Amino acid sequence: MPAGKHRKNMEEKQITLQIDHHFVTVPQGTTILDAAQKIGIDIPTLCHIDLKGTCIRNNPASCRICVVEIEGRRNLAPACATRCAQDMVVRTSTLRVMNARKIVAELILSDHPNECLTCPKAGDCELQNLALRFNIREMPFNGGELSQRKREVTASIVRNMDKCIFCRRCESVCNEVQTVGALGAIRRGFNTTIAPAFDKMMSESECTYCGQCVAVCPVGALTERDHTNRLVEDLADPEKVVIVQTAPAVRAAIGEEFGLPAGTLVTGKMVAALRELGFDYVFDTDFAADLTVMEEGAEMLDRLTRYLGGDRTVRLPILTSCCPAWVNFFEHQFPDMLDIPSTARSPQQMFGSIAKTWWAEKMGIPREKLVVVSIMPCLAKKYECDRDEFKTDGNPDVDYSLTTRELARLIKRANISFTLLPDMDFDQPLGASTGAGVIFGATGGVMEAALRTVYELYTGKTLKSVNFQNVRGMDGVRRASVDLDGFELKVGIAHGLGNARHLLEDIRHGRNEYHAIEIMACPGGCIGGGGQPLHHGHSEVLYARANALYKEDAGKTLRKSHENPYIRQLYSEFLGKPLSGTAEHLLHTHYFNKSI
Amino acid sequence: MKILSIGDLEAVMGRAAGRLQLREQGDRNADGRCCGLESGTGHMQVLICGGTGCKASSSHLICGKIKELLEEKGFSDRVDVVTTGCFGFCEKGPVVKIIPDNTFYTQVKPEDAVEIVEEHIVGGRRVERLLYLDPKSGQHVSDSKHMDFYRKQKRVALRNCGFIDPENIEEYIARDGYMALAHSLLDRTPEEVIEEVKRSGLRGRGGGGFPTGVKWEFARKSVSDIKYVVCNADEGDPGAFMDRSIMEGDPHSIVEAMAICGYSIGSSKGLVYIRAEYPLAIHRLQTAIAQAREYGLLGENILGTGFSFDIEIRYGAGAFVCGEETALIHSMEGKRGEPTMKPPFPAESGYLGKPTNVNNVETFANIPVILTRGADWFASIGTEKSKGTKVFALAGKINNVGLIEVPMGTTLREVIYEIGGGIKGGKKFKAVQTGGPSGGCLTEKHLDIPIDFDSLLAEGSMMGSGGMIVMDEDDCMVSVARFYLDFTVEESCGKCTPCRIGNKRLLETLNKITEGRGTEDDLKTLSTLGKVIKDTALCGLGQTSPNPVLSTLNNFYDEYLEHVRDHKCRARQCKALLTYVIDSKLCIGCHLCARNCPAEAIIGDVRKPHVIIPDKCIRCGMCMARCKFKAISVY
Repeated sequence: MPAGKHRKNMEEKQITLQIDHHFVTVPQGTTILDAAQKIGIDIPTLCHIDLKGTCIRNNPASCRICVVEIEGRRNLAPACATRCAQDMVVRTSTLRVMNARKIVAELILSDHPNECLTCPKAGDCELQNLALRFNIREMPFNGGELSQRKREVTASIVRNMDKCIFCRRCESVCNEVQTVGALGAIRRGFNTTIAPAFDKMMSESECTYCGQCVAVCPVGALTERDHTNRLVEDLADPEKVVIVQTAPAVRAAIGEEFGLPAGTLVTGKMVAALRELGFDYVFDTDFAADLTVMEEGAEMLDRLTRYLGGDRTVRLPILTSCCPAWVNFFEHQFPDMLDIPSTARSPQQMFGSIAKTWWAEKMGIPREKLVVVSIMPCLAKKYECDRDEFKTDGNPDVDYSLTTRELARLIKRANISFTLLPDMDFDQPLGASTGAGVIFGATGGVMEAALRTVYELYTGKTLKSVNFQNVRGMDGVRRASVDLDGFELKVGIAHGLGNARHLLEDIRHGRNEYHAIEIMACPGGCIGGGGQPLHHGHSEVLYARANALYKEDAGKTLRKSHENPYIRQLYSEFLGKPLSGTAEHLLHTHYFNKSI
Repeated sequence: MKILSIGDLEAVMGRAAGRLQLREQGDRNADGRCCGLESGTGHMQVLICGGTGCKASSSHLICGKIKELLEEKGFSDRVDVVTTGCFGFCEKGPVVKIIPDNTFYTQVKPEDAVEIVEEHIVGGRRVERLLYLDPKSGQHVSDSKHMDFYRKQKRVALRNCGFIDPENIEEYIARDGYMALAHSLLDRTPEEVIEEVKRSGLRGRGGGGFPTGVKWEFARKSVSDIKYVVCNADEGDPGAFMDRSIMEGDPHSIVEAMAICGYSIGSSKGLVYIRAEYPLAIHRLQTAIAQAREYGLLGENILGTGFSFDIEIRYGAGAFVCGEETALIHSMEGKRGEPTMKPPFPAESGYLGKPTNVNNVETFANIPVILTRGADWFASIGTEKSKGTKVFALAGKINNVGLIEVPMGTTLREVIYEIGGGIKGGKKFKAVQTGGPSGGCLTEKHLDIPIDFDSLLAEGSMMGSGGMIVMDEDDCMVSVARFYLDFTVEESCGKCTPCRIGNKRLLETLNKITEGRGTEDDLKTLSTLGKVIKDTALCGLGQTSPNPVLSTLNNFYDEYLEHVRDHKCRARQCKALLTYVIDSKLCIGCHLCARNCPAEAIIGDVRKPHVIIPDKCIRCGMCMARCKFKAISVY
């Protein structure tokens, strides 16, 4: 029997069991945890995470917090990994269970530094929440040895492994979801730690800084490199002009940090908050996203035209290059294919480059006095700012990048009542954008934006409907074909580096079916980035954020990048046309072989 | 040569039978008379133990020397020198046995070879000084079957160990070897073989005690293009060497059993997971596999039946947890050796996600003999729920350290006092630890319980893989628990919280107690935490790791209490709890103790009684050892 059919049969079979005296009927194969959730019984968990609808899943059954009592079973069973059986009788709240859970939590706390007051995860820590929930007031097992593990500060990620509780979420994400393999368990017993092979530094590993490990870490072991203090210093410096760009995904998520429901668009309030903080100009990365479409679209058209003209030296498909973690990934893992991705820089870097040349000149601000800060949903962006090829005489195009979480913290620290703020508009010219720039934040968005422009430029016709529904969605790999006046353009979309690897390996082995592929390292695209408010395992948060971006796009008058008037102005005043010499110099880059 | 039929197998059997006949007859008929070449014995054999233990005591040099001497004297063709596997009586190794008179020489040194050859083999006179001295009668015993150590044993799994040359497939065949495989392939369906194994009542010898036939049946029923047979040779209990000895002494029994298992469950691929620190066992297994291939008993189309089976050896790095079957499978897959939740059981999804049947070495060693002699015969040995025999590695404070095999149901008393010869140095028995680090300590009151899976479990210990460590009055039970926990903490894979942190905290508490810092609350902590670890840990290792602590707490609570309340260790093992004192009546003030004290803790004027300053004393015992007047005592 084929596997799929087999599974379907299994799913069809329903079983009934009893949980805390409630009867519940679930499909065969359901875990006790899910069955309990179905009837509203919330069993505490710690290591378990299941971001339904994405491939993010960690189920080692190792923390033993979710243990329950099953009638007839000798020992307690982990609810997260024990499958329901017909007529099973489960008790989730007996004294035996309560006692065991509390002792297990106390054991974890006994090997965890008591640094909650200053921990960056304080208030958002799953272990802290458990301690609260279990009413832990004493630490009976404290006073013993603490496992000594490495600390490391990279450009993007801070590792403080003393705090690691060994849930293995980061390991699952890094290996199974992203297939990067930078993190794994090493040594054993009490000395076990999660680290790159041979306990090397993360900066010496294949780490792409995608930050998905940070996004799932339940405690403060993996956090972002914090630049809020640096920003406060710069804002306070009267000599400096400090400008900011905000990535599309930030506006769809930052409201969550202020108690707003996931998917609440807070673009105007975010702009107001940034002004309140003291930024001299508040701009939008979406402007640079439109610019990216112009450059990347032109490059795509150029390759396609040459290909269709019979030039067999042209490399296809063209791959997007706006995701810095994805760039790190192919530099490490596919160094033989560095000529396939587009050479276009990411929107963050295009913005920095234009801000520190065209705009700075227009404004008469010397480069050394101009500080360009970006607010990103991303951790790899921090690393990207640091890349040497994006610096002029040592001065980076983008000085540094803050995550959505850092901005939220700063707003709270500044005592700004976010929800009471009025809606404000971005400054011009670098704050103007079309709907195409907005949807960059969701998986498929870059491709959709590019299609809107490429279609019109290639066919010379006006697009009837700008919504390319078939490139949207959350499937790991999606494919679509677009009729360009008789030419069938085949595009692919992958999010999550594991999915990207499949496509790349196909290309490497000559099994390519696409002309262009969009790749985003994070599941869901930037809305699920490593710098976003923590989803704590709730995938509906990601869906809501993506919907918010599509809503903003739909509400815009201009929805095609090439219609952005300021982009037109930029080309006419400064760049000439896409792929011109100046454009190549300022907006394109090259890649390096970083294989280890 | 390739064996293509039962006829071929019988031919090989006939060819090797001569060599074995002499040994078998000797075993049965030896009447105490000594044989020698000059006194008319036509053909003799010298069996020398080539197990790891005896080899470490230079048994291979003895072997070389004897061969050399025989060569010199021109008797090489009349005397076979055979290196065998372990005889079991490791306490008295190296062991050399002379056939046909069945003389059992113990603790032989290479320099004894001359005497053995000249006196015994040539002259027909026993070398009395190398014979085993029965401690009870004070008499020398020449034949092992008259020794207490062997009398109560029944060697089923060890049937060929110390009897055949493990590197000679023909000697194995002469002992009905590969007959079970041949008959299974030719005369029985896989289901019939499984039925026979089920009927025998054989239960897994690795510790779990799961019925082997049922396990095979699960694997048989799993539908897959490929299945695997895995032999778990990752023996790791401290002091246990049952599996190693079987592989060293009778490797073909494992090869044959794995092939039978392969036929039964529908697998053509066998894997032996063995720790790399067993080099001799690996060598013997490799040799056995190569020979079996050469004889056509492994490989394609075995005995022309269309059944193919081959075996590959996989090396482990010696992690204890890799004896747990899911961890073992992950280790073979090149992944981190840590267990995962069951279900899915390996029989559904094991090595590389394929149905896999994992059995322990000793379990496999029982299979061929069950099939040749019948399930009924096997089931007639042992108790109602635990059939057959069990091999134990007897160690600790016992006179006869070694490898023994007894029918299930034999009592601990019989094993310790009859086979084991009682406690060393006439000391008092205190406890016996069964089941390795996962087992528990049983006491005097448990001595008459029958050894079987369920009785041991009921008393808070377990069968485990067969480690049996005897303790006497000089052993501190808190320290014993500490020792085992230290092992588990070292060997925990670190995956689940209770085992990774819980056991560490248990160990720290035990350390505190043995270092004199314990309180009565700590005893409560030990018990509560121990029970939660048992209740919540992920795999068998974690679920059983608190057993040594809980069972000693249960059976020796007074001793724990003495440690924390009176700060005393009655066994005088916990240094921190000792007090050295000088009896002023006996001390003559010679100052010798003070001069030897490394901590300058003894003061006193010459010719006047000295005193030990307790705060300075580091309890090294030097003063006591040096005092000529027995004036210093410790309590």
